[in-house]
Amino acid sequence: MEQTISSNNSVLKVNGLKKYFPVRRGFFQRIGGWIKAVDGVAFEIEQAKTLGLVGESGCGKSTVARLILKLLEADAGQIAYRGRDISKSSEKDIKPLRKEMQIVFQDPYGSLNPRMTAGQSIEEGLRISGVPGKKRKERIDRLLNMVGMSYGSADRYPHEFSGGQRQRIGIARALSVEPSLIICDEPISALDVSIQAQIINLLKDLQDELGLSYLFISHDLNVVGYLSDQVAVMYLGHIMEYSRTAELFENPLHPYTLALLSSVPVPEPGQKLRMQSLKGDVPSALDPPPGCKFQGRCTLVEEQCRNQEIDFYDAGEGHMVRCWKVVKK
Amino acid sequence: MTKVEKIEINDYQTTNHEFLAPRRTRLKEFWHLFKQNRLAIAGLVIFVLFFITALAGLFLTSGHDPVFDPALVRLQEKLRSPFSQPKIDTLMPHEIPTVGVYVMGTDDLGRDVFARMLQGAWVSLTVGFVAVGISVFVGIFMGGIAGYFGQNHIRLDHILMVCLLFAAGIFIAMGEFFSGSAFLIVFLASVLLLFRSMNKMEMRGMSKWYGILKKDTISIDTLIMRIVDIMLCFPSFFLILTVVALLPASIYNIMIIIGLTSWMGTTRFVRAEFLSLREQDFVTAARALGVGNFRIIFRHMMPNAIAPVLVSATIGIATAILTEAGLSFLGFGVPPPHATWGNILSDGKRFIFDAPWLTFIPGIAILIVVLCFNLFGEGLRDTLNPKLKERH
Repeated sequence: MEQTISSNNSVLKVNGLKKYFPVRRGFFQRIGGWIKAVDGVAFEIEQAKTLGLVGESGCGKSTVARLILKLLEADAGQIAYRGRDISKSSEKDIKPLRKEMQIVFQDPYGSLNPRMTAGQSIEEGLRISGVPGKKRKERIDRLLNMVGMSYGSADRYPHEFSGGQRQRIGIARALSVEPSLIICDEPISALDVSIQAQIINLLKDLQDELGLSYLFISHDLNVVGYLSDQVAVMYLGHIMEYSRTAELFENPLHPYTLALLSSVPVPEPGQKLRMQSLKGDVPSALDPPPGCKFQGRCTLVEEQCRNQEIDFYDAGEGHMVRCWKVVKK
Repeated sequence: MTKVEKIEINDYQTTNHEFLAPRRTRLKEFWHLFKQNRLAIAGLVIFVLFFITALAGLFLTSGHDPVFDPALVRLQEKLRSPFSQPKIDTLMPHEIPTVGVYVMGTDDLGRDVFARMLQGAWVSLTVGFVAVGISVFVGIFMGGIAGYFGQNHIRLDHILMVCLLFAAGIFIAMGEFFSGSAFLIVFLASVLLLFRSMNKMEMRGMSKWYGILKKDTISIDTLIMRIVDIMLCFPSFFLILTVVALLPASIYNIMIIIGLTSWMGTTRFVRAEFLSLREQDFVTAARALGVGNFRIIFRHMMPNAIAPVLVSATIGIATAILTEAGLSFLGFGVPPPHATWGNILSDGKRFIFDAPWLTFIPGIAILIVVLCFNLFGEGLRDTLNPKLKERH
C-alpha cells in the first residue's frame, strides 16, 4: 500500500531548497558571513498524506515552512505545488495559490489578532475565497463546529479562550480558504499534554474528512510517529534521513536519528536508555564544518566525514540517508 | 527500537459553553480599570463639560442675532467687575446682557467677557482637535509606511522621479507652464516605464545605465526617520511663529501649521508598534491567507497600534490649545475681532491691576482645560498599559 518516496500523486515537491541569511557587521553593515538556515532541502508530500519534519531547535524547520508559503524568498531550489514551480513567482502570481497552502502556528497566543473576534479572524479567509457576505456567518459556524468549538465562540475575542481553544480557532482560520496542504509549525508544543492529544486527533480527523496533506513540523518524535506517513530528520539546514515512518522507526540508519530515537522517553518504568545521549551543542550555522554537518557530535566519526561533503544516498526502497557509514556498507 | 505509540484519548469535542470564560468585552474591562483612576475621571468630566460649553458657545455667539453678542461694544460700561449689575438707564434695550449681570465682567471696550469666553472656547476646541487630527493622520501614515515597508530600499530612479516632479511643481508655481509641463510629461513617462519594467524581467539586459538607475540607496525607514529627526531639531514654537508671519493670519492656517509641526511623536510611536507587530504570527497568518498589504496595515495592525497614539493625541490636544493661546497672546494668532482665550488674555494684560479678571478668567480656563486633557491622557495611558498589575 505504501509507496516509495517518488510518486506522481504529489501535492508539494521541494528540491534543493536553500536560504542563506546574511550577517552584517561593522559600521558599513558589510556582509560578514552567511547563516545557512536551509541548505539543500528536498522532500515530497503526497495527497492526503503527512510528512513529519523533525529536528532540534534552530535547525531550520520553521524557515522551511516560511519558504514554502513564500513568506520568505528562497535563494535557490524548486518548490513545486502540484507540479508547478512557484519558487520564482512574484507576489501577484502567487496570490491565487495562497488559498491552497495554509499554516498553523506554534504559539496560540500570538497567532490570533487580539483585536479581532474569532469569527472576524476566520471571516478574513472567507472574504479572500470570495464567499458572499450573507453566507459567511453560516460558514464560520460550520468551521468552528468542525474544529469542535461551540456556536457562541464566533463573537468572542482571543483573550477569552484557552490555549487549546485558540489553536482550534487557528486551525479553523487555516481551513476557511479550503486549502489542500496545511503546514503545522509545531502546533502542539505550546499546549498541555492532554490538549496536545485533542489537537492531534482533530488534525487526523480533518485529514480523513477533507483529504488534507500536512507538513507536520515538530520535535516530538512520538507525535510525528503517530501522525506521519513519512518522516524527514533535519539537522543544521540539511535533511539527514528521509523515509517512510515505520521504516525510519524500525531501521534508523543515521547516527543522529538513532540518537534522537533513543532520547524519546519510554513509558515503562525501570527501563534503561539504550544509547548514550548526544554530547555537545549544535554547531553555529554561520560557520558549519566542512564534510558531514553532524561530525562534531557523531560517535562513529571518521576521516572521510571531516573532509568530504556527503550527498543523499538511497539505502533501498526510498530510504534516503546522508551518512558515509551507510554508503560504505 | 522504539515502537510507534498509539495515542489513546477520548473524544476531542470537549468544548461546550461551560468551558468559555464569562463574557467581558475589552470596553467593559477598560471602563472597569479606568473608573478607578479618580483624577482621570475628573479630567474626563471637565473635558465633556468643556465640549458642551464650546458647542453651546458656537450656537449662542454666532449668527445674525446671537444670544450672547461677543462683539457688542458698550463704552460706558467698560472694565466692570464680574457679577456687576448693568446700569440699565444708560443702555439700549438690546445692549442689556442676556443673563441680567456681567457674569465675567466687561473689558476695556465694554464687551461682555462671558460672551467672548464662549466664543473663544470653540476656537480652542477646534484648534485642538483639528491640529491633532492632522498630526495623527500624518503621523500614522508616515509611521505606518516606515514600520511596514521600511526595509525596502529607495532606488536611484525613484529619487530622480521625485526630483522631476518637484521641478515640474516649482516651474508651474513660478508661472512657466511650458517647462513645467515638459518636466511633468517626462515624469509620467518614467512612471509608465517603471510599471512596465516591473512586469518584464528582460529589461535587465538593456544597458548598464539601467542597472545604475536600479541601484539601491537608503531604506524608506531611514529616510522617514531622518526627516522626523530634522523636524524635531527646530524649536517648534519658533518654527510656527516664522510660518505664521509669512502666511495670512487665519484660524485655519493656525490649525494646519500646528498640525504639520507636531506629527513626529506619533510617527515614532506608530513605527515602533508596527516593527514589533509585523513579526507577530497573526500578521504572518494574514499574509499567508493572501490578505492585501493595505488591509493588513489598517484592519489587522492599526487597531493594535492605536492605543499609544490615542494617549499622545489626548496630550497633544492640550499642547495645541496652549500653542494657539500663546500665538494669540503674541498677536500672531486668530485676527482680533474674533475672540480667543489667548487674545482676551493678551488684551487684558494692560489692565492687570485695574481689571485682573481680564487675565485671570482666560488664564484659569486654559489651565483647567489643559490640565484635564493631560490628566485624561495619563489615565488612558495607565489603563491601556498591558503590564498594569490589576489587569490580571
